Amino acid sequence: MAGVAVSTTINGDTVEFLCQADETLLDVLRDRLGLTGAKEGCGTGDCGACSVILDDRLVCSCLVLGAETEGRRVETIEGMAHGDRLHPLQQKFLEHAALQCGICTPGFLIAAKDLLAKNPDPTEEEIRFGLAGNLCRCTGYDKIVRAVQDAAIVMKGA
Amino acid sequence: MRYIRPLSMEDAVGQLAGSSGTSAILAGGSDLLVRMKGGFIEPDLIVDIKAIDGLSEIRETGDGFSIGAAVPCAVLGESAALKKAWPGVVEAAKLIGSKQVQGRCTITGNLCNASPAADSVPALVAAGARAVVVGPAGRRTIPVQSVPTGPGKTSLAKGEIIEAILLDKRAPRSGDAYLRFIPRTEMDIAVVSAGVNLTLDEHGVVKSARVALGAVAATVLLVEEAAQVLIGSRLDEATLERLAKVCAGACRPIDDKRGTIEFRRKVAGVLAKRAATTAYARAGGK
Repeated sequence: MAGVAVSTTINGDTVEFLCQADETLLDVLRDRLGLTGAKEGCGTGDCGACSVILDDRLVCSCLVLGAETEGRRVETIEGMAHGDRLHPLQQKFLEHAALQCGICTPGFLIAAKDLLAKNPDPTEEEIRFGLAGNLCRCTGYDKIVRAVQDAAIVMKGA
Repeated sequence: MRYIRPLSMEDAVGQLAGSSGTSAILAGGSDLLVRMKGGFIEPDLIVDIKAIDGLSEIRETGDGFSIGAAVPCAVLGESAALKKAWPGVVEAAKLIGSKQVQGRCTITGNLCNASPAADSVPALVAAGARAVVVGPAGRRTIPVQSVPTGPGKTSLAKGEIIEAILLDKRAPRSGDAYLRFIPRTEMDIAVVSAGVNLTLDEHGVVKSARVALGAVAATVLLVEEAAQVLIGSRLDEATLERLAKVCAGACRPIDDKRGTIEFRRKVAGVLAKRAATTAYARAGGK
């Protein structure tokens, strides 16, 4: 089976890869490009651990084919920090201990980044609603919500 | 397996019609990829329709709205004009899945997936929406309720693609609403749902009505008798009680772990009453 040749932009870099027609973006990221930040929790769009931003839309990369990303822009967790400088959301997740096992964390960070980009001053309810597509079985969500609230304050001041 | 991304409807239809084996149309993929992952479908050909000109747009025309088949539900929620004209359709579309799923899923896909519990379909049926179907024999426009014929089955022939969903221009004093029951607060599949669409006369009397129920039969039910109950009324308590009774009686639900027949019948009546009340208020009725 011949592969599909794809040219796309990931975290600002032009990336070219070959993938199978039925290969998901998540599998391409993890298995072909070595970007293992996005996690596979369910593989069916329920848990949000594989969240990425595709042309300014938050999506589950397990529900996108790699072939579909031709000519598009993908943002993953690997593009969130600038070198050693963490994104305010990453910093606040650490300060608030908003993670335990960490599997859901990249998805939460990407979803929170998308949320704050579109709504810089969300209410607690808006945060909980906005992050409802991400499942966490460790924290009980409260610490995650506090971290996002705190990051929103920092980002507004920046 | 082959993946193609045609640039025109003609090409997409030709490729689908000429394919041997299993083919699948890909718009948002939120049903297709899950079914592929689960091994329920292994298409030989995937036709991605998102690069086709115009399919990713909501167009407002003199006749109303044309919602391209590849428009994600999130975009419906961002269209102020559509929300103003058809709030019930938009609230139904916005109930599908999480933020992540909203960025991908489409109302056309929701319709073609043909789940009896599809959220946007009762609202579209109540709205009198039509689907523009393009196929090897040309283009035809059909009511949305004639697309699903049973769970997972549609009336579309080989090579046919829905290009857009059409919603009429709103008459003055009109309103629609959609409600569903789920055991959780969010992210679930309807156990029962109801869509109501009303137009009032200048005295606040219901002039025309459409009532649709979801998840209580193999396909969405358009309940004519329920519409007749509402027409001529100002939605007084007695009318609403009759509406509930007619809706409960129209249901042909299954008994399963998510709801018994008795429960679904009762809830269908309750949701129809509440959706009618909201639609009436949105139409300016008091």
